Amino acid sequence: MAKPKLALYWAASCGGCEIAVLDVQEKILDVANAFDIVFWPVAMDFKYADVRKMEDKSIDLCLFNGSIRNSENAEIAHLLRAKSKALVAFGSCALEGGIPGLANLTTKQEILEFVYRGSPSTVVTDGGVFPQQHTKVPEGEIEIPEMWETVKSLDQVVEVDYYIPGCPPVPNQIWGVIEYILSGKPLPPKGSVIGAGVKTCCDECKRERKEKKLKQFFRPYEIETKPSECLLDQGIVCMGPATRDGCGALCPAANMPCRGCYGLPPNVMDQGAKMVSALSSVIDAHEPAEIERILDQISDPMGTFYRFSLAHSILRRVEKS
Amino acid sequence: MVTLKIDDKQVQVPEDTSILKAAEKAGIWIPTLCYSELFEPYGVCRLCVVEAVRGKRSRVVTSCNYPVREGINVLTNSPKIQWIRKTILELMLARWPNVKVVKDLARDVGVEKPRFVSLQRDEAEDACILCGKCVSVCREVVQANVLGFAYRGIKREIALPFGVQSEACIVCGACAHVCPTGHIKMVVEDYKGKKPEFTLGPKTAIYVPTLQAVPRVPVIDADSCIHFKTGGCEYCAKVCEPNAINFGMKDEVEEIEVGQILVATGFDIFDASAMAQYGYGTLDNVYSSLEFEMMLNSTGPTNGQVLTKDGREPRSVAIVHCIGSRDTNHHSYCSRVCCMYALKYAHLVHDRTKASIYQFYIDMRAFGKGYEEFYVRILDKGVKVIRGKVAEVVEAPPAQKDEGSLVVRCEDTLAGKLLEIPVDMVVLCNAIEARRDSDAVRRLFSISKSPDGFFLERHPKLDPTSTMTDGVYIAGCAQGPKDIPDVVAQASSAAARMLSFISKGEVEIDPVRAFVQEEYCSGCKICNSLCPYTAIEFLAEKKVSHVNEALCKGCGTCVAACPSSAMTGHGFTDAQILAELDGIMV
Repeated sequence: MAKPKLALYWAASCGGCEIAVLDVQEKILDVANAFDIVFWPVAMDFKYADVRKMEDKSIDLCLFNGSIRNSENAEIAHLLRAKSKALVAFGSCALEGGIPGLANLTTKQEILEFVYRGSPSTVVTDGGVFPQQHTKVPEGEIEIPEMWETVKSLDQVVEVDYYIPGCPPVPNQIWGVIEYILSGKPLPPKGSVIGAGVKTCCDECKRERKEKKLKQFFRPYEIETKPSECLLDQGIVCMGPATRDGCGALCPAANMPCRGCYGLPPNVMDQGAKMVSALSSVIDAHEPAEIERILDQISDPMGTFYRFSLAHSILRRVEKS
Repeated sequence: MVTLKIDDKQVQVPEDTSILKAAEKAGIWIPTLCYSELFEPYGVCRLCVVEAVRGKRSRVVTSCNYPVREGINVLTNSPKIQWIRKTILELMLARWPNVKVVKDLARDVGVEKPRFVSLQRDEAEDACILCGKCVSVCREVVQANVLGFAYRGIKREIALPFGVQSEACIVCGACAHVCPTGHIKMVVEDYKGKKPEFTLGPKTAIYVPTLQAVPRVPVIDADSCIHFKTGGCEYCAKVCEPNAINFGMKDEVEEIEVGQILVATGFDIFDASAMAQYGYGTLDNVYSSLEFEMMLNSTGPTNGQVLTKDGREPRSVAIVHCIGSRDTNHHSYCSRVCCMYALKYAHLVHDRTKASIYQFYIDMRAFGKGYEEFYVRILDKGVKVIRGKVAEVVEAPPAQKDEGSLVVRCEDTLAGKLLEIPVDMVVLCNAIEARRDSDAVRRLFSISKSPDGFFLERHPKLDPTSTMTDGVYIAGCAQGPKDIPDVVAQASSAAARMLSFISKGEVEIDPVRAFVQEEYCSGCKICNSLCPYTAIEFLAEKKVSHVNEALCKGCGTCVAACPSSAMTGHGFTDAQILAELDGIMV
């Protein structure tokens, strides 16, 4: 019997998810043994043309990481969707836009302005030329993909079968998923989040929690936190309560607050909004001025509450006229 | 035990008993003057002298402080003793010829006229006879050590330190009580020329809480009672005939489990000093409504007389309505009771004085049963009723002083004239306002306040006694200003509501409740402190929160706060709300 076919792809991502796959360490050999890897640009030399030649639904499992930032990402997403039986949004970017999704707080124009003209490290030559989609060169016209105005998650572009959250997904969860698929057990219903739990990060966190009454917020470098007490109780904005479990609460175990990379818990519609709602409920003050003062201590609220989820949240993007 | 003979009568008493006590036991009377059981004998009056005979030896001793000895024979009325007592009383009578106790004692021992002429004679009937009882009681019982003797010989006198009223004096009155001549008197501070104290709180360490207290039983203020400070005094216990004083009673915090609570915490009155134009607190003879009520009380500081601070009957009294109420700077609501009590004041002032009475009102609200008739009665009495809010109350200029010490300035809006009316007394009708501690009480019972600060009823017309918290009811001015008939009606209604549940024995609750989907709860403890009804508990063994559905009111606070949406509401799940939205947005 032919080995099942596996494809891995990175769209707009940092590459961390690819590393995470390799982080299963020697088990990667088992993966190679079990699957016929047909497409993995970061590790093997395949061309898009090779994929186009495949029959539809010929890839059994496609782990797609990275958000959809430009026309190339979208094109390959459509291509892999057509060729794959099971398309998996792998990692926070594919799942909910991830860090690149924070670009939705601004516009394409502003980004280009800054990168090619405004940033302190840019030496502006020729009046600051922006990348052109089409450029004429002596050999003819060359084309680069078009950068989109808005960063999207994979499922905002194509239909997605499964979701594996995490920035990146932790190796034991990746291996768990692979092992499950190899075991031949019936697959979970379409649209499921796999490789994660149904509770929140707090469930896996070893720190002791108290009833919340928050009078002051700190950034992690501002205080020495007590190792056994809940970070949120100590005034560190920890996204744990509004973040799906599965990672093993790695960050709180390392004295850093949860950043929310495992995404929203099963019943939540908007991770950032839920956390804002929760925090505002436990601020221990009655006077509006006092409340204002406490809230002002949270620096970069968008980057804190929507660090990974902005593109896929109810907000999606900031509209600038 | 010691056995002795007193006037040939055999007595057996414990050691260290005084001869006086032993004689008392034997039923033999020895005259005393400076002796009291309240304190150690002082032996200064010498009237209790007896002869203590042991064998051939005889001594004259004061029986009050001379302890019994085995085998002695005490003669209380020997010729020698009679002669000594007579001489003592002759001397005393020479000095204090009109003091009743001295005269009585002198007569008892057969002295009619002293043979001596005293260098110092005090003709007063209540002269100080230097018995020292007051000094002893103050030093030993009250332990305030305020009184003492000063000077020597015939100049000897009872004195205060440096001759001035001492801070250490707690005004307990023990000295006045023990004084045999009535020389020491408890005087209620002279009303004239001083601001009378219109306070309802305690002024002494043992007091009756208010004039109208039920039961009218005194209580001890342990913070100021000398007994609780020094372990001494207990004077009240010593004078209380039915032995009703119990120092052993302790403040107790009692936890009583109840099913329903009626919050009827009452109101405060508006502090008129916030409206400087009326001179309350700065001008004499400007009173708040409650102060004036105290003055009118027959057991109040003036025994019910209407008097100005210099003790005169006022020639004219101004009663000013709407102080702090119907005023957007303070309380925009109407206090409802002021018009009627202002008319009552007019009625009482009219009855008790010849003063001309002015009422300054914005609108006369005589809305209740019989109220309008009362208003008409007051008008018939000749009370001058002026429609117009008083602009200010000032001290009268010298030219107007003969007409009144104060001047009320106001516009008569009906006549369209500016008025300046000289009066001797101004009574302000302060607004009723929510109690200062109403926020704490509100939080304690999880009830709400309306914008005016009073507790909020469930429905202003259909449910004016219950609150949004089941089992908590409100009545009286805690809910809003109202007069006595309304308070009685509302409180009765609340009591009836409560009784109906008591007789039923069970309560029905709304189906809208929050609940925890335990499989999604991680026990982050965000919700636990939020519940205004304390319905959320944390199950430590499961590490999840749990909603007590009997307590939950379905307010949704926890549902909104739950960061993992594990908390949701029956009938208001996200899916249901989204489905509704879908329906609307089709």
